[in-house]
Amino acid sequence: MDHRDLTGLIERVKRGRLSRRGFIRQLAAVGLSAPLANQILALSGVAMAQPSPSYAYKPTKAGGGGTLKLLWWQGPTLLNPHFAVGTKDQDGSRLFYEPLAAWDSQANLQPILAAELPTLENGGLAGDGKSVVWKLKQGVKWHDGKPFTADDVVFNWAYARDPATAAVTAGSYNTITAEKLDDHTVRLTSETPRPFWAEAFVSATGMIIPKHLFENYTGAKSREAPTNLAPVGTGPYLFKEFRPGDIVSGVINPNYHKPNRPYFDAVEMKGGGDAASAARAVLQTGEYDFAWNMQVEDDVLTKLEASGKGHVRVTDGGSLEQIFLNFTDPNVEVDGERSSLKTKHPSLSDPAVRQALSLLIDKDSVHKYIYGRAGAAVTNVVYNPPRYNSPNTKWEFNIEKANAILDKAGWKPGPDGIRAKDGKTLSYLYQTSTNQPRQKTQQIVKQACKKAGINLEIKSVVSSVFFSSDVANPDTYPHFYADLEMYTTGPNQPDPSIWLQLFLGSEAAQKDNKWQGRNITRWQNDEFDRIYHQQESELDPVKRTALLIKLNDLVINNFVSIPVVTRPNVAAVKDGMVCELSGFDSYIWDLADWYMTT
Amino acid sequence: MAGLIPASLSAEEGPALAGVDAPAPLAVSRARSVPPALEAWRRFRKHRLAVVSVVVLLLLIGAILVGPALWAVPIDDIDFGAKLQGPTAAHPFGTDDLGQDLLARLLYGGRISLAVGVAAMLVAVFAGLLVGAVSGMASGPVDAALMWLTDLFLSLPQLPLLLLVIYLFRDALSRALGLEGGVFVLIVLVIGGLRWMPVARLVRAQFFSLREKEFVEAARGLGASRLRLVVHHILPNALGPVIVAGTIEVANAIIAESTLSFLGLGFPPDTPTWGRILFDAKDYLDIAPHWALFPGAAIFLAVLSINFIGDGLRDALDARRVV
Amino acid sequence: MSGAHLLRRLLLAIPSVLGISIVLYGVLALAPGDPLGELVSNPNVPASVQAAMRASLGLNDPIWLRYVHWLFAMLRGDWGFSFVSRIDVDRLILQRLPVTIVVIGASQILAILIALPVGVLAAARPYSVFDQVANTIAFIGFSLPTFFTGLLLILVFSIQLNWLPFVYRADLNSTGLAWWGEEIRQSIMPVAVLGLFQGASLVRFVRASVLDVIKLDYVTTARSKGIGARRVMLRHVVRNALIPVVTLVALQMPVVFGGAIITEQIFRVPGIGSLLITSILSNDTPVVMGVTFVFAALVILFNLIADILYGWLDPRIAFR
Repeated sequence: MDHRDLTGLIERVKRGRLSRRGFIRQLAAVGLSAPLANQILALSGVAMAQPSPSYAYKPTKAGGGGTLKLLWWQGPTLLNPHFAVGTKDQDGSRLFYEPLAAWDSQANLQPILAAELPTLENGGLAGDGKSVVWKLKQGVKWHDGKPFTADDVVFNWAYARDPATAAVTAGSYNTITAEKLDDHTVRLTSETPRPFWAEAFVSATGMIIPKHLFENYTGAKSREAPTNLAPVGTGPYLFKEFRPGDIVSGVINPNYHKPNRPYFDAVEMKGGGDAASAARAVLQTGEYDFAWNMQVEDDVLTKLEASGKGHVRVTDGGSLEQIFLNFTDPNVEVDGERSSLKTKHPSLSDPAVRQALSLLIDKDSVHKYIYGRAGAAVTNVVYNPPRYNSPNTKWEFNIEKANAILDKAGWKPGPDGIRAKDGKTLSYLYQTSTNQPRQKTQQIVKQACKKAGINLEIKSVVSSVFFSSDVANPDTYPHFYADLEMYTTGPNQPDPSIWLQLFLGSEAAQKDNKWQGRNITRWQNDEFDRIYHQQESELDPVKRTALLIKLNDLVINNFVSIPVVTRPNVAAVKDGMVCELSGFDSYIWDLADWYMTT
Repeated sequence: MAGLIPASLSAEEGPALAGVDAPAPLAVSRARSVPPALEAWRRFRKHRLAVVSVVVLLLLIGAILVGPALWAVPIDDIDFGAKLQGPTAAHPFGTDDLGQDLLARLLYGGRISLAVGVAAMLVAVFAGLLVGAVSGMASGPVDAALMWLTDLFLSLPQLPLLLLVIYLFRDALSRALGLEGGVFVLIVLVIGGLRWMPVARLVRAQFFSLREKEFVEAARGLGASRLRLVVHHILPNALGPVIVAGTIEVANAIIAESTLSFLGLGFPPDTPTWGRILFDAKDYLDIAPHWALFPGAAIFLAVLSINFIGDGLRDALDARRVV
Repeated sequence: MSGAHLLRRLLLAIPSVLGISIVLYGVLALAPGDPLGELVSNPNVPASVQAAMRASLGLNDPIWLRYVHWLFAMLRGDWGFSFVSRIDVDRLILQRLPVTIVVIGASQILAILIALPVGVLAAARPYSVFDQVANTIAFIGFSLPTFFTGLLLILVFSIQLNWLPFVYRADLNSTGLAWWGEEIRQSIMPVAVLGLFQGASLVRFVRASVLDVIKLDYVTTARSKGIGARRVMLRHVVRNALIPVVTLVALQMPVVFGGAIITEQIFRVPGIGSLLITSILSNDTPVVMGVTFVFAALVILFNLIADILYGWLDPRIAFR
């Protein structure tokens, strides 16, 4: 089914000639799932089916559930969502603050502080893609009893975009204007059309802080706000105690805006330690109810699950472990920088070599023996939500084929077994951050490459250096002073557009932009750049999806990045705990709905 | 985002303890004319544990030197079919989670671990002895300056310092000495250079006490030179804690080497040194205990035998021993 | 040591501390890394936002200027604020201090209390059964790194036997006797791991230095004068053998403030060690500087105390 057929079907639904159910059935016939069909309808301006969580909330009264004990092995260090440096801080803030809407496990938008989601039908979305109108839920109160209104929403916009505040969330608010229409309606406008509008006030970066407690602490004074450390939000729990890096705790909010919620009387989020022992505390001893980000070998997790106290939950997001190939020469220095755009990689610039490398990644073994459930072999750089997962690409692990391709391209094995041509050898530096599964993956790749006459030297860089923007340090991932580089990245919202800048020619990371450009491979491709700019203003969701898939295909077919495995969210959950996790939002996006069955 | 490495060089690794090696007291004994080498050997032989330890250590060294030739299983052959197996005929020490043969890895890694352990200990002990002895004999401004240096090194946070060292020197050294050699020299210097301070302070304190003792006074009265006083009269009596520090330092250096490789400073991450294998095995302690048992036992044996040899040497070289 | 001499030593400590602070600041400022770490790979945070944050943290000033700012603020009692938590550094440290002192302090005391008698007894009868057992345990104690022994204890006492919790909590809800019970239960394993590690090396040191002293001429003289063995041991031997022990304990005392990184990590003890390591890894310079600066001052202080104790243990030691 191509996009013209799809557009036709959607039109028929709109005109009432085809039922929603019939539409979903037709799509199911060509292998598209029901949630996916729903999304396509939603994005095309057809009212979304009443959003319903994947489970029904059973408790009939708030409270009575005791203390919910969460284990975050990196504890939150601050509780103002606008300053949240990492997901741990966003999660700590999320105990108390809420956004207008959040992404659920199926990457569908669910209203939280919004009364309803904006659509074309309800007038929330403008036909030109330049404005969004949010209707706020009425009767919501801050923890101190003051009402939550449109003023709060507009205040957050002004607060975050003020350069003197230096808010992390500024990127979501810089390009829009927020205005209050009435006490419970806010309009967001932008100068250019925004096909993906659900960014400001949505999910982890969209949490809203109260105007009345922060208005005297904006800009340069923002650090002095006492409520930075003692949040007053709208969420299901009232703030009790906070020790940075150690513990955050809260008690039940008796005036929470959703009925019969929350189920637990108190919540605590304990930080510190490592992932493996966090898994033990939930799965093996049951000391804790929930642990986050289980970066632990699956063998160990499976063994711990056998204790019968808890289980592991995996939720796909957009992240994947991938190996990037350097298109510039990391061994030649030009104007004070290596990997300069003015150079060309001596051997990786040969597509045959890149293709051979892509055939030498034993993704199945990496999945099966290292990541297990926490990493499935993956073909595309954009694979989730499923509507963006390209059907046009494929991968295989085939050492003979790699050898044949290299032979044909004239790379002949030398006396040491390493292939060479014109004095250039296939000997590469393969770097990643220090992390046990990564080092094991490196070994698996190294061994396969050896069999194809490619020599890999493995290098690991401590994470705090590798993932930094330190201009002076050559070991950071944006410098990419190596031939191959592996780490996890991917769209962190259910739309890959912003993330795909990673392959945009103008984004090349180099000395001129202090290596802050997103494009670390420095791949230059006019076709990619042209299609990228085309999708930025394409409002037809089906056409836009086709363009985004095309971008993915260009990356895969040119072997710019070799996807290895997906990196979903993995949590350890005590048996009996009912919760829905999200791959594109905080682990605790629906904390208010969590409960324990007996 | 990637989890940060849990391991790091820490304050708790103790008063970074360092000590002396076997040859040091030997050199002292040669300088001394009274007890002939034969006499020392006679006394050393009486220390049964020391003799056993020499045998054990020689066996260990023999194993890591000759072993890889006899047990010619590749150290990096990945075989998922055989992963996490306990000891079998094909893999006498079992396998790790990639199905790699642990015996082969231990034999290979032992060369690095033992070499690093002993060499780093030598660096730490010699630096500590030198600073401590000069400080303990000199007093006054020289003592104050050297103790300031010691305090400075004790206060420096090791992790940022190591990252700085890697950043500044790794490339230069590996260019100068070749990759393997450069890394080895850097590791030994770094571990030794961060651990000489306790030895210096121990030696200095011993010197303070010993230099006022009667037998030293007597020697001084007889006109012995300062150097002679130090080498013949004070140092031999200050060695006890230094030998202890030395053996503890061997253990510390073997573990510290693995920590360094997490920082990207040590050998490449696929080099199976003893400390590294032990660290990799820790999460599998209840699933595959053999994985941690063998490297742990290897480190323990090496430390134990080096310590007893140290004890035996001290006894052998000391004519005045009364007990 | 005379009063005037003591005063002079104390005054000399001031330039020492200053000098060390300059070196510390230099190392921290030059060490690679970046406090905005996690933001860098976040596609939704544009470079301009990162630049604004950098400027607001004062990271664009030259190092010497940042040091001067830091020093003068410190002299006024302002420790600066954490880049990561945006909280005052002294407040962060004070939050962590009680737990650190309790856990690390207890393990140090435990180590000293066990190691001193065991070491002396072992040296009194070298190569006896008691000596051999004590030695073997000591060797195991320092051959195995704390990450290993800690995990072993958790597997045995928390998971197999289910006797002890392995997540340390600084916010126990109970009061009175129940609080003490829980506090002791959760402290046993971290204190044991650290105590074993410290105690193991201390036993060996005590034993070695007692053996060193025993063989000295004047002890032999004392014995030949017919003074009882017990008296000789306590009066002459132990007192002199304490000099290295005092040295080691003085070296170790600042750690009571500095924390024990690996053990704190294993048992999730919210001490200063874990604060230090997370701050180092996120390049939170003000916090790292605050902790290491206090640590440096303590190192200097305790080494000074050790020097004074030498003079007390052996009155012939004169500081010229």
